[in-house]
Amino acid sequence: MNSLLKIDNLHVSVNGKPILKGVNLEVRQGETHALMGPNGSGKSTLAYALMGHPRYEITDGRIEIDGVDLVALEPDARARLGLFLAFQYPVTIPGVKVADFLRHAVSNVRNPDRKEGEGLIPMREFRKELKARMEALGMDVEFARRYLNDGFSGGEKKRMEILQLAMLRPKFAILDETDSGLDSDAVRVVSEGLARLAGPEMAVVIITHHERLLEFNRPQSTHVMLAGRIVENGDATLAHELHDQGYAGVRTRHPAIAAEETVEKTEEALVAKA
Amino acid sequence: MTTTISPPTALSSVPAGFDTAAFEAFLATRNEPGWVSDRRRAAFAVYQAKLGAPLNPEEWKRVDLRAFTPGQFQLGAGGASPAQFSTLLEDRTVFAGQAFHVDGAGVFDRLDERLARQGVLFGNLADLVREHREVLEPHLMTRGVRPETDRFTAWHAAFWTGGAVLYVPKNVVVNEPLHSLIGLSAAGAADFSHTLVILEEGASATLLEETASASPMAPGLHIGGVELLVGRGANLRYVQLQNWNSQVWHIAHQAALVAADASLQWTVAGIGAKLAHLHQEVALEGRGAQAQVNGVTFATGRQLLSYYTQQTHKAENTCSDLLYKDVLRDHARVVWRGMIRVDKAAQKTDGYQRNDSLLLSPDCRADAIPGLEIEADDVRCTHGATAGRVDADQIFYCMCRGLSRYEAMHMIVEGFFHGVYDRISVEAVRETLSQAVQRKLGIGL
Repeated sequence: MNSLLKIDNLHVSVNGKPILKGVNLEVRQGETHALMGPNGSGKSTLAYALMGHPRYEITDGRIEIDGVDLVALEPDARARLGLFLAFQYPVTIPGVKVADFLRHAVSNVRNPDRKEGEGLIPMREFRKELKARMEALGMDVEFARRYLNDGFSGGEKKRMEILQLAMLRPKFAILDETDSGLDSDAVRVVSEGLARLAGPEMAVVIITHHERLLEFNRPQSTHVMLAGRIVENGDATLAHELHDQGYAGVRTRHPAIAAEETVEKTEEALVAKA
Repeated sequence: MTTTISPPTALSSVPAGFDTAAFEAFLATRNEPGWVSDRRRAAFAVYQAKLGAPLNPEEWKRVDLRAFTPGQFQLGAGGASPAQFSTLLEDRTVFAGQAFHVDGAGVFDRLDERLARQGVLFGNLADLVREHREVLEPHLMTRGVRPETDRFTAWHAAFWTGGAVLYVPKNVVVNEPLHSLIGLSAAGAADFSHTLVILEEGASATLLEETASASPMAPGLHIGGVELLVGRGANLRYVQLQNWNSQVWHIAHQAALVAADASLQWTVAGIGAKLAHLHQEVALEGRGAQAQVNGVTFATGRQLLSYYTQQTHKAENTCSDLLYKDVLRDHARVVWRGMIRVDKAAQKTDGYQRNDSLLLSPDCRADAIPGLEIEADDVRCTHGATAGRVDADQIFYCMCRGLSRYEAMHMIVEGFFHGVYDRISVEAVRETLSQAVQRKLGIGL
């Protein structure tokens, strides 16, 4: 049976400032969704809140996977339930090798009841799989021995996110501007890699300003955020239209919400600075 | 970050167990050659005199010795066998020789016959002073550890109990490492072991030394000394892994002298002890001498682990490179006071020192005080110190990949230490340190 990620009336505050003001979204395993919207509309906030970032306080609403409420769960429990976030700005962890990190991650996600210190996925099996995945993404297998994101270029970091996605095979993958900061070749590699991974077992929510990632990963649904709400839903043509014409039309169609936007944008910028 | 906890004070009286009567009784049990007894007597006189003198505040002012009661410890309390110690190094690699001490007494030693035939000596100092005066007399506490330095060096020189000696003759290369285990077993036992390494010109060797407690709660005392005398063009790798239980007082004076074109890789690890103070000095005595100093410290509970390091450049074109990394948790405290000294003659010196601290709890505290004293005018000396907390974004990122909060923290700690592990050329040591840290973290048992 297909799993369902259900976001219901989600309200999120950061440092006491409301950012999301009632987001509703349903994503089924196997679907591809595009989540678009101008800067500051709350796309990344939604992504972080879904994963359980401690600074993003859920003040109302629910996040469920197949009826299990995620709100009280730690991020690792959410990951073990099949949720994955490809970070816009992946974190560097000096001294921790990619392979060691991923072996722990894979062991936990595939064996959700695993406790620290308990057995890891067998080395031989893991190495074989990792090598195959790296080759499929056009990555030098030498990267497995490097420290996680330490000294990686922007493109290498994004590819590392996709490699982790490939290894963890989540039910629901959220990609937060995975295409930003990449040259067109890198976007193509990431897009093709993602297209190969997507399938009936995985849902993908692509947060993007651009259209290129969507060329290879055509969304069934496109959602447009404005000032902390999803204001429009459509199909791939909506994404195309937004890419061509920007958000002026959206703002015109939703004047009251657009009026909140400038204030919110300033506030979010302040929060981000703080 | 330079608060003084307690001014270095003088002890009012000689602790029971180490007074004149005790010293004479101790000497009577030793059956040692006259030159050894004479040196002990001289050192004991210094010890008595130094007890009334304050310690060097530069070195000791951050080390709180108020709870230190030497009278509760005694020599010769021993009787355990090495089998009772959980050594971290033992099964890690093949050793060319091993020397074990428990409660100050040598209990076992061996050396590959092939090396013995080449003139290599490895064994217990207490035995070797009787048989190899010609090798030991010129070096034993004459150049490296000087008894007159302070009350602890004098105390050590008067009462040293044994310890590992390694002597490698000219141009002899010992490929496999040697292993020394210093154990404490009986409650209240004292270990005054002295490690002496002498590498003649062109010699090469690796000595891996570890300290361990037989029981997790027995109080103990280590007043130690280490001398590493690296001859011209010689190459020494020395590791001391301090892994006592949390009830041991560890005060050690350790010194290396590196001759021209010689190189030393010296790694210290501080895992155990209630309070540890390590005086570690490296003197680069000849042109082209090099020393790399590595430190791995993991302090938890109410441990205080203190280091006073000196890198002294005495000749031209010498190079020293010190990297200490420490992780603190709970109410632990780590002190590092480092100094690079460059003599007038030591032009073209390259000196480096760095201490990085990772703080895992709000109540721990790290003091890092680097220092430079440079008299030459054509040198490159750099130093640095950082202290930081575990980054919340790193933890979140790891948790998003399914790692629990603790697992994430542990992985970040391991990663932090890897910056030091990567410098260490002996694989068994990298593995051992990693395991020691993991054990203390409570994982990988």
